[in-house]
Amino acid sequence: MSITTMTKEEIVSITNEAICEEFEFDMEKMTPEAHLYTDLGLDSLDAVDLVLVLEKAFKVKLRNQPEVKEVRTLEDVYDLIQKLMQQEAA
Amino acid sequence: MRHSLHKVAVTGIGIVSCLGSQLDVVQQHLRAGKSGVGIDPQREAVGFFSPITGCITDFSVEDAGLTKRQRKTMPNFAVQSYAAVVQSLEKANLGLSDIRNARTGLLFGNDSTSRAQSEQVALTRQYGSTAGIGSGYCFKAMNSTITLNLNVLLGVQGASWTISSACSSGGHAIGQAADLIALGRQDRVICGGAQEINWESLCSFDALEAFSRRTDAPHLASRPFDAARDGLVPSGGAAAVVLERYDLAVERGARILGVIEGYGFSSDGQDLCRPNGAGLQAAMQSALQEAGMTPDQIDLVSAHATSTPLGDNAEADAIAAVFGSKSVRVTALKSMTGHELWMSGASQLVYTLLQADGGFTARTLNFETPDEASAKLNIVVDENSDAPGRVMLNSAGFGGTNACLIVNTRS
Repeated sequence: MSITTMTKEEIVSITNEAICEEFEFDMEKMTPEAHLYTDLGLDSLDAVDLVLVLEKAFKVKLRNQPEVKEVRTLEDVYDLIQKLMQQEAA
Repeated sequence: MRHSLHKVAVTGIGIVSCLGSQLDVVQQHLRAGKSGVGIDPQREAVGFFSPITGCITDFSVEDAGLTKRQRKTMPNFAVQSYAAVVQSLEKANLGLSDIRNARTGLLFGNDSTSRAQSEQVALTRQYGSTAGIGSGYCFKAMNSTITLNLNVLLGVQGASWTISSACSSGGHAIGQAADLIALGRQDRVICGGAQEINWESLCSFDALEAFSRRTDAPHLASRPFDAARDGLVPSGGAAAVVLERYDLAVERGARILGVIEGYGFSSDGQDLCRPNGAGLQAAMQSALQEAGMTPDQIDLVSAHATSTPLGDNAEADAIAAVFGSKSVRVTALKSMTGHELWMSGASQLVYTLLQADGGFTARTLNFETPDEASAKLNIVVDENSDAPGRVMLNSAGFGGTNACLIVNTRS
């Protein structure tokens, strides 16, 4: 399976695992509507590491993507990753 | 101290070193005269002239009681500092609610954070941009990384800074912390020193060919004052001390481990790496003057003695000049630990108080043959000799910066 043909479920699973590993979260906290800052307690430093972790997990470039600044919830993260992967595959 | 308003007590100590990561283990090793020195194969692999080093074998950063997120801004020696501080607070019977105020400060000695700096440079080159650098590096790569991280973790609200003065950093940190209390600026200061143990921080020092090459018997390599010494053994870890205003410590029923009676400092003003002895002598005399004491009131000198001929000889001459030939007892702890560099001025206070608690003076290992300078000293070589009593502790660093503390360990 090519990474560019990932399903949304696969993206969700990889994202959740990567975030839980990086920030030592329990998987139960990883609901799509969870707000990165207010629910998960991430701060601006964590945001830098979140981007690095996702870049490594999906081999996509997130730094300097204007949409990254708009990300608020886990659902926003999944959607952005999916969009970037589709763009790369196109 | 003579000019001071307040007497300064030591109420807590903690350490992570090549002699152990728990106070009781370190005390046992000091009593037994067990060396913490060994070989680091990685240093051989990267091309060091000498792979001999102090080895910390019983400490894991993952088990230090911090989350991965807390640790991401901390190099290993900052985590070791945290562990040492936790021990010291426990020993002092102080909780976080006692230290979360503006009357409590934090002052550490440190003079490098090389691994973090090398790694962030390597990441930038690897990625062709700074985009690959995690958020922790900005804080790991600062010289003040210990105090900036511990300040957040502990919540103290008074003084919070790191001082750098090469191998006297830890000594000056404790001396200046004592001054802050003596002058009434702080009621309590958590202080100490730390030194990273990794090849990145020591490659340029190794390039000076300053390290012992006695690879066939590393435990015999650090031999302060001995005629057959061939260089120092680098070492490290973290040491922490809780200093408190004496009257407040007594009032809260704290156990007093010692009293800081004097702090002297000086600089040689002469050479980068060849101490002249006169500077250290001036620091020792300054400490005595601050304490309002004469040399005969000192029971033991904990020498800086790093196992380099030049440094040891300069110190031997300085001690003999202050105390007279063959008089005060002298011990050289680096014979056991190697030279803990930035940390050494602080660790020797922890080691001294552990000796006092156990009622013995740690003997100087590997001192077999005196040379002309060390023949003037009365070096402790006997096992389980008397308790240290009132101790003068020397430290000296590159650039000729000298620190001298006087601690009374009699309860």
